[in-house]
Amino acid sequence: MVEFRIDRRSGVATYLQIVQQTKQALRLGLLEPGDRLPTAREVVEATAINPNTVLKAYRELEREGLVEARRGLGTFITRTLGGQAADTPLRAELADWVDRARDAGLEQDDITALFTSVLEERTQDDHKGDGA
Amino acid sequence: MTATAIEATGLGLAYGKRGRRALHDCSFRIPAGRVCALAGPNGAGKSTLLALAAGLLRPTEGALRVLGGTPSDARARSAYVAQDKPLYPQLTVRETLRVGRELNPGRWDATAAERIVEEGGGLDPRARIRSLSGGQRTRVALALALGKRPGLMLLDEPMADLDPLARHRLMAALMTEAADHGTTIVISSHILSELETTCDYVLLVDGGRVRLAGETEDLIAAHTLLTGPVADLPGHTVVESRTTGRQLTALVRGSRAIGGGWRTARPSLEELLMAHLRSPDAPPLLTPGAEVAA
Repeated sequence: MVEFRIDRRSGVATYLQIVQQTKQALRLGLLEPGDRLPTAREVVEATAINPNTVLKAYRELEREGLVEARRGLGTFITRTLGGQAADTPLRAELADWVDRARDAGLEQDDITALFTSVLEERTQDDHKGDGA
Repeated sequence: MTATAIEATGLGLAYGKRGRRALHDCSFRIPAGRVCALAGPNGAGKSTLLALAAGLLRPTEGALRVLGGTPSDARARSAYVAQDKPLYPQLTVRETLRVGRELNPGRWDATAAERIVEEGGGLDPRARIRSLSGGQRTRVALALALGKRPGLMLLDEPMADLDPLARHRLMAALMTEAADHGTTIVISSHILSELETTCDYVLLVDGGRVRLAGETEDLIAAHTLLTGPVADLPGHTVVESRTTGRQLTALVRGSRAIGGGWRTARPSLEELLMAHLRSPDAPPLLTPGAEVAA
């Protein structure tokens, strides 16, 4: 079972924090297929956040095919995440890109800022389509 | 459309014949099952609105429906905790809970009420209300409200005199209540940062009028925080803008991307509410779910 930690000052929507922490736990192997996520009530009792937020996060995880809600039983992990990102063509492309950015004179902070801003921009575009 | 907990149509209230209008021309809707933040500065009309919904005041204009009926019809199913937590000072904690049980025959939940009084350094059941601190009285008042197992809770600044730990515990108790029973909770508060994670619905009143109403997520998504070089922002409804040297920071309506070196960010609920409070001329915004059906 995972325990969610809600950072009220992070600027990240609360439901996204739950989604991200679940994925992180999957990547680290802290959650495996068949494991049950805490119920909305359990999360709410521990964190004092709104129960609808927890349900929204679980719906998002279900939409991404990571969990399955079983009526009356709870929400269960259906597949793993991880291993995929470590050694793929994507990683090689990113490494190339970082080399080019350094050749262009960008420092580490510049590169991080650039990467984060593009990532945020793209993620925001995705979420606009959700109507959420 | 989902069931409605509170619906106001042109609601207004003036104290006295030529008195100040505490509320004027308020129309909004709060669907059932929401946890709604009631935000606004001192004197905005928050307490008046809650007292109207509790059936303790009568509107002088417009209409208000609560749980599908008049506020006084709904009183058996709603619980109102006033800002000054009126309790009988000479009764003990135990006697106060007994009053709750006897005034709410058939629906009193003794376990729910006792949990609030007992948890985390429990109150002595034999202690008289008048000997309790402000925060302890608040716990007794909320225990009475939760014991009633209401469909609608109307809480006026309930957390103001609680220490951080007690506040977290009570907020968790309220959220659990909402998770278990789908209780609608309307909670007025000045602690804006706390509202973001607990409230999925927002009603901002200011100067007796509704400025913002709707789902928290939708209201946030309807705004963008922009930072960039000082320039005009054509085509945007600007809620608030500030200039520092060559940099402009603005909260605008809409989520359209704009070019030209602008950084965009999602505002927090606190930033959204603060920007509106600092800009009284910004037009009101109600999401479709918060509009009253014509």
